[in-house]
Amino acid sequence: MNFDDTPQEAEFRATARAWIGANAPKQYEEELRKSSLGRTVLKNANILEVAKAWQKKKADAGWACLHWPKEYGGRGSSPIERVIWQQEEGPFGQLSRMFIIGHGMCGPTMMAFAREEHKRTYLPPLASGEKVWCQLFSEPAGGSDVAGLRTRAEKDGDDWVINGQKIWTSGAHYSDYGILLTRTDPTVPKHKGLTMFFLDMKSPGVEVRPIKQASGASDFNEVYFTNVRIPDHQRLGEVGDGWNVSLTTLMNERSAIGAGVSTGFPELFEYCSSLMLDDGPAIEDRAVRSKLANWAVKTSGLKYTSMRAISALSKGERPGPENSIGKLVAGSMIQDVATYALDLQGASGVVSGEDAELAGRFQAMLLRAPGTRVEGGTDEIMRNIIAERVLGLPGDIRVDKDVPFNKIPTKGRG
Amino acid sequence: MNFDFSDDQKQLRDQARKFLTEKCSPKAVRVVLDGKAPYDKELWKGLAEMGFLGVAIPEEFGGAGAGHLELCVIAEEMGRANAPVPFSSTVYLAAEALLIAGSDAQKKKWLPAIASGEAIGTLALFEGKGNPSPKNVKLMAANGVLNGVKKPVADGAIADFAVVAARNGSSGRDSDISLFLVDLRAGGVEVKSLSNLDPTRGQAEITFRDCKAEPLGATGEGWSILTQVLDRAAVLCAFEQVGGSDRALEMGRDYALDRIAFGRQIGSFQAVKHMLADMYVSATLARSNSYYGAWALSTNAAELPEAAAAARISATQAFQHCAKNNIQVHGGMGFTWEFDCHMYYRRANAMALVLGSLSYWEDQLIDRMRKKNAA
Repeated sequence: MNFDDTPQEAEFRATARAWIGANAPKQYEEELRKSSLGRTVLKNANILEVAKAWQKKKADAGWACLHWPKEYGGRGSSPIERVIWQQEEGPFGQLSRMFIIGHGMCGPTMMAFAREEHKRTYLPPLASGEKVWCQLFSEPAGGSDVAGLRTRAEKDGDDWVINGQKIWTSGAHYSDYGILLTRTDPTVPKHKGLTMFFLDMKSPGVEVRPIKQASGASDFNEVYFTNVRIPDHQRLGEVGDGWNVSLTTLMNERSAIGAGVSTGFPELFEYCSSLMLDDGPAIEDRAVRSKLANWAVKTSGLKYTSMRAISALSKGERPGPENSIGKLVAGSMIQDVATYALDLQGASGVVSGEDAELAGRFQAMLLRAPGTRVEGGTDEIMRNIIAERVLGLPGDIRVDKDVPFNKIPTKGRG
Repeated sequence: MNFDFSDDQKQLRDQARKFLTEKCSPKAVRVVLDGKAPYDKELWKGLAEMGFLGVAIPEEFGGAGAGHLELCVIAEEMGRANAPVPFSSTVYLAAEALLIAGSDAQKKKWLPAIASGEAIGTLALFEGKGNPSPKNVKLMAANGVLNGVKKPVADGAIADFAVVAARNGSSGRDSDISLFLVDLRAGGVEVKSLSNLDPTRGQAEITFRDCKAEPLGATGEGWSILTQVLDRAAVLCAFEQVGGSDRALEMGRDYALDRIAFGRQIGSFQAVKHMLADMYVSATLARSNSYYGAWALSTNAAELPEAAAAARISATQAFQHCAKNNIQVHGGMGFTWEFDCHMYYRRANAMALVLGSLSYWEDQLIDRMRKKNAA
C-alpha cells in the first residue's frame, strides 16, 4: 500500500507539471479556483471559448483524453497517469466540464460500436474539443425509466427517420454531434425495441430549446426531432440492441462522474475557518466542528474510494457499480453543505448574487444542488443499482417488463 | 500508487477468516456473552499459535515481525467474528505503548509474553466520565507508587499488566502526565468487574493503593505517548469496526433474501433495499478511510493524526449504522436474544466509546485539519 509515484509516474508528473506551468491560461486560474457547483463563470471571457482553446492546446501537445488510444486522439495513458494529470491540472480541470459527456460517454460508446472509419473521423476532433458531443437518452416519458422512451426511428431506404423529443440534454445548444437512443420496434417489450445512433446536431429537423432550470440558469435542453434523417451506417450496435449499447455508455458515465465528484466540503471548511459568529470564530464552535467532521470523513471516504477503484483499474479489473456511491453521497451532501453555509450567515443568507457573502457562492450552490441528485440517475436509482448489482437483492417487480411497448400505460413527465 | 493491500496481506486475511470462522462461531461468542467465561481462552491460545498476537511485534521480541498492515487485516477479521478476546487492549494499546516507549528490558519482559498468549495487557486511562484529556487524569504518581481509581478499564479483570496514565504534577500542562507499567498480579490493586454494554468484552474498575509501578517512557512524556498510542489504536479499531460493519450488512442482506412476507422476499421492497444500500455506502466510506489510516500507520506518516481521526469517525459511524439497521431488517426477530444481531449492536456501540467518544474524535479531526492547514 503506497501513494508514492513509481520512477515512471514521477517522470510523467514532472513532464505534465512543466507543460501545464508553461501553457495553462493562468489569467483565469483565480476565477476557476473560486468556482463551485452552480457557478463556474468567467467575468470577462466566454468560458466555452476558453475551454475549447485549452482543450485544443492540450490535444496539439498530446495531453487530451489521456486514456484514449493514440489513433483516436488520446495518449494511451494508464489510469494512474490520468489521475496524476488531473492532480496537476488542478483548477484548469474545471474547463473540461463541458467535454465530460463527450469524452466520458459518447467517445467510449463510439469506440465500442462505431465503424473504424467513423472512429478515425469523429474521435480525434472530439478529443481535441473542436467538436462537442451530447447524449440524447432521457425523454419526458422516460426519466429514471430510460427504456420507456418513445422517440421513433423508422427505416426508409438506407436512412432512418427520427421523430420525437428528448429532454435534459446537457450542452445540446453548443454540441456538434450526439448519440441518440430511439425506439425502432414498439411491438416488442420495451428493452428489446431500442436502437442507438449517432447524428449531426445540425441535421435538418433538429431543434434545440434551452430549459430554464429551477436555479434560473440553462445548462440543459429539450431537443425536438421532426423527420430527421440518419444514414444506417451511423447506427451503433445491432437493431434492437440499443439497451445493451446504452449500458456501455452508462457504465462509462459512472466511472467518468465518479472521478471528480464535488461535495462542497473544501469550500465550507475554508469559509468556516475565517467566519466569525456572534460568539466567536465558527471553527471553534462545537456544533460547527461536529458538522464539519462528519462531512470531512465523507469527502475523504469518497476520495479514497476512488483511489481504490483506480488501483483496481490499473490491475486490469473493470470499474463496477460500486462507483455509484460517489454521486449518491456527494449529491445530497452538497445540498446539505450549502444549506448549512447559509444557516451560518443568519438572515443575510437570504441575499444572493454579487451582494451576498462570498458573492453568493453558497446560494448558487444551494439552487443548483437539487439537480445533482437527479441527473445521471436519481439517488433512488443509484440505491437500486447498489442493492441489486452489488448486494444481489432482487430487482423491482416490473409490471411492464414482458408487455409489448405499445400496450404499456403512461402518464406524466420525467 | 497502489492503494490496496498486497496479495500476501490478502492471503493472511483469508487465513484469519478461515481460522475465525472455525474457532469463533457465534455459538462460541455466546459462551462469553452468557457469562460462562470471562473470555475465550481456547481462541486466545489459537490466535497466539497462528502468530496473530505478535504479528506486528519485532522478531527480537518474540513476534512475527510483519507490520501494521498485516495487523490491520487481522483486526478486520477479529471485528467480523466479534471475537470475545482481549485483542484490542493487549495488541493495539498495551503492545503499541511498549513499542513506542518501552525500555529494552520492558519490551523483553512483556512483548514475548504477549505474542505467546501468556500475558494480557491493557491501558488504564479513564477515570469515570469524560474523554481523553490530561485534566481528566487524577490518579497520582509519587515515590514510585500509584494511588487512584481507573474506570472503565477494558479487559481490566483478566489483564496481567496495565499501562497506567498518572499525574505527577499540577502545572496544567501535558507534562503533568506520565505513563507507568503495573504488574496487576503483584498486588496493590483491587479489581472489580463492571456490567457493560458488550459482555463479550469485559470492563473493570481498578483501584490502585500504594501500588508499585515502573515508569514507561520519560517522566512528563505520558500525554504525548498516549496520543500516539490512541491514534494507532484508532486505526486498528477502525478495521475491527469495518469487519463488523461488513458482517452486519451481510446478515441483513442474507435475511432480506431469505425472509418472505407479503408473498415476496422482503429484500425486493425498495424501503429495505435502500436501507441496505445506505449501509453499504457507510461501510465503503469507512473502509476507504481506514485504508488511508492503515497507510499512514504503516509508514508512520505525518498524516497519521488526521487519518486516524477520520478512520475512527467513519468506521464508528458505519458500524453503528450497519448494526442498528441489521436489527431493523430482521424486524422483531432481530430484537431477540436468540438472534445474533444484538451482539453486533452491542459491540458497535461499545467500540464507539472505548477510545473516546465520537464527538471527541470529531473535535480532534478538526483540530488536526486546522493544524495541517496552518502549517
